[in-house]
Amino acid sequence: MDPIREAMLKRSRSAKLERRGRLISLFCIGLIVVIVAGIFYFVASKGLATFFSDGVNLWDFLTHSVWSPGVKDAHGSPQVGALPMIVGSFGVTFLSAIIATPFAVGAAVFMTEISPKVGRKILQPVIELLVGIPSVVYGFIGLSVVVPFIRSIFGGTGFGILAGTFVLFVMILPTVTSMAVDALRAVPSHYRSASLALGATRWQTTWRVVLRAATPGILTGIVFGMARAFGEALAVQMVIGNAALLPNNLVSPASTLTSVLTSGIGNTVMGSLENNALWSLALLLLLMSLFFNIMIRWIGKKGELK
Amino acid sequence: MNPKQADKLATGVLYTVAGIIIVILASLLGFILFQGLPHVSWHFLTSPASTFEAGGGIGIQLFNSFYLLLLAMVISVPIAIGAGIYLAEYAKKNWITDLIRTSIEILSSLPSVVVGLFGFLVFVLQFKMGFSILSGALALTVFNLPLLTRNVEDSLRQIHFTQREAGLALGLSRWETVVHVVIPEALPGIITGMILGAGRVFGEAAALIYTAGQSAPALDFTNWNPLNIASPLNIFRPAETLAVHIWKINSEGIQPDAAAVSAGASAVLILAVLLFNLVARYAGNRLYKKMTAS
Amino acid sequence: MKKWLNLVLILAAGLMLTACGAQSQGESITAVGSSALQPLVEAAAEQYQTDHLGVFINVQGGGTGTGLSQVQSGAVAIGNSDLFAEEKPGIQASQLVDHQVAVVGITPIVNKGVGVDNVSMADLRRIFTGEVTNWKQIGGKNQPIVVVNRAQGSGTRATFEHWVLNGRQAVPAQEQDSTGMVRSIVGSTPGAISYVAFSYVDKTVRELKVDQVAPTDKNVTTNTWKIWAYEHMYTKGQPKGLTKAFLNYILDAKTQDKLVRKMGYIPVTDMLVRRDATGKVIK
Repeated sequence: MDPIREAMLKRSRSAKLERRGRLISLFCIGLIVVIVAGIFYFVASKGLATFFSDGVNLWDFLTHSVWSPGVKDAHGSPQVGALPMIVGSFGVTFLSAIIATPFAVGAAVFMTEISPKVGRKILQPVIELLVGIPSVVYGFIGLSVVVPFIRSIFGGTGFGILAGTFVLFVMILPTVTSMAVDALRAVPSHYRSASLALGATRWQTTWRVVLRAATPGILTGIVFGMARAFGEALAVQMVIGNAALLPNNLVSPASTLTSVLTSGIGNTVMGSLENNALWSLALLLLLMSLFFNIMIRWIGKKGELK
Repeated sequence: MNPKQADKLATGVLYTVAGIIIVILASLLGFILFQGLPHVSWHFLTSPASTFEAGGGIGIQLFNSFYLLLLAMVISVPIAIGAGIYLAEYAKKNWITDLIRTSIEILSSLPSVVVGLFGFLVFVLQFKMGFSILSGALALTVFNLPLLTRNVEDSLRQIHFTQREAGLALGLSRWETVVHVVIPEALPGIITGMILGAGRVFGEAAALIYTAGQSAPALDFTNWNPLNIASPLNIFRPAETLAVHIWKINSEGIQPDAAAVSAGASAVLILAVLLFNLVARYAGNRLYKKMTAS
Repeated sequence: MKKWLNLVLILAAGLMLTACGAQSQGESITAVGSSALQPLVEAAAEQYQTDHLGVFINVQGGGTGTGLSQVQSGAVAIGNSDLFAEEKPGIQASQLVDHQVAVVGITPIVNKGVGVDNVSMADLRRIFTGEVTNWKQIGGKNQPIVVVNRAQGSGTRATFEHWVLNGRQAVPAQEQDSTGMVRSIVGSTPGAISYVAFSYVDKTVRELKVDQVAPTDKNVTTNTWKIWAYEHMYTKGQPKGLTKAFLNYILDAKTQDKLVRKMGYIPVTDMLVRRDATGKVIK
């Protein structure tokens, strides 16, 4: 066989490389899928045990408001009502995301459209720095600054959803901002040029073109911010009061799924009802963030630039 | 209000927003540094922690934090890049891809204590790695992968399709295009993601309590044989990191100077993150310049 | 780019390989559990290791529940606990051997501004069951009472509820899982009350006398102060080898007298009374 023919019939170096590369990337994603599936299985198997082997009624779990897994009620079934934690988690997550979004988007617009230099030199490093502060430190600052502040204005103890919201607001701000910045930077510059050339002002360009084009990316940022708020435990636990009570208002002690989960998990014996009930909270957390995720995706599709 | 006024107003509002954020962030950082820096000294940075007496340092914890970060990054970054490439370049647009993407996002809302317990049961007990740096690094990988992967995917997606077409037109395979054209171009975005991830690793406590452990046995800094238990490089020794140390002395610490150690350690942690950010950004820029034509 | 990737992979593989051979270095045991007992065991382990080279004792926290479940499953050598294994549901106490290494007294603490420094046991109970809600009802200032509890299942809480609440259920209130957080919340919140081990009381909070008995180590040793508990180190079956040697070291009169006392625990050797798992006093 002549060498040319041979070379044409054999896979080229490139094609081999391509195959190999594809395999590597497939392997990586496969690994992640395995990890994700492993964790889901792990949480679900433990979390569902509360309902299947300990015989807790799912509806009671979602709607009752007394959380005391170690104690049986008058009918002899354990008191595992997760409603106060569900309300608390939803409350702090939504409120902090609502407060953080305008700030984060505003800062991102400032950093990309108005003053990229200040943005890149000052804001961005500071924001990245904030991600690294351990939640305990946020918690202590919350306890020594935010809680007394709220106490002096609204009365009561100062612990509650409002304090949790403030702390979470600062905690998720870096995540949302930096992802919003990435989304805005990704908008091709000819969009801006075209809009400006049509005679639009900078604000009109930003509002009607750039932000619209970046909406999906910004929404992803918000989802991640909410996910972080949702999963945050230590800091929130210190300022929200961590009491498994239905909150009457924003300044009465409340609790979140994660705070109850984190504070109780080390004290319970694996396989016991108390332990399983905490895993059910974790499962609930996963399901609720699934819900968030689908919702935001749906909104993103509606708002996407066609 | 005409568009010009609206533009002025909006600009003003944005300046205010940016100003408020800077004030919040600056006062936060100032608060931590102001409280902590007076306690930081050379002795504090280099001596081992004490369990119950005053005058303990954070030397070993500081080293552990960096070492753990390095290991966690060595494990998670290649996986995240590979997975990100798959999602951005190869994955077909169908429900399976969507499912994978959604589950990755959901994973990132898992409280870190759950990741920690997962790591405890799987790595520490099942795989018999014990309370060790390796277990901790793997747990952090689990914890960090969602965000990193998502970030890599986004950064890759943002590269204009003409870049890919140019690569393909030159006769490069898709993989070569990705590796030689797209990734170098996406590098700044990837590095931002890595820095954010590294920050989370630095600040993470709950995932490490059950995996890397909360004790810092004395290290022999003249022994660099990774097989020796007293060697700093050994990945099978328990390693308390700075964030875990802060958590620990705040929760059950009985040192008389616990508050001071905690404040000092927080300040050092922030400075360490700052240092890491600067170095990573500098290295990233160098790499970017080297790999692209700019 | 690819070179870099390969390098990283090789490095990782190398680390894994070197790691596999690394475990057979000397003798080592792991103790896991109660975070209240952790500082003592850690300090003892540190001293023991300086005396016995080549020995490695790994002490971790994680909570009483974790300690008991892991020692029961045989994953660790020693499970540290604030409670008798009998008191913890889901644990087969008969498999475990108890080693009581220290005693801790638990005292109510209040915010400094409440204007009370003594409380009767009955009033204390009424505070924690929610019947008394203002400090002026028991002779303090006109200030609402803010109850701060420990997390459900925590050893300190179980002990406190056993001796104070007499089987009644505590009012739903704030719950914190660590002593440090409880102390700083009580210290900074007007009208707050909680309870901590003696050694954690500092100048930011005020301890309360109960029925005019002061929370001192001496009153605990005679059982005049009722709210106290043993710190346990459980092993599965009788301890052997290093585990046994280490437990003997902690129980040794010298360690008890020096280290245990210095760290703010009460040595078991000081106790003039003993209690069993149900709380009955056996002389």
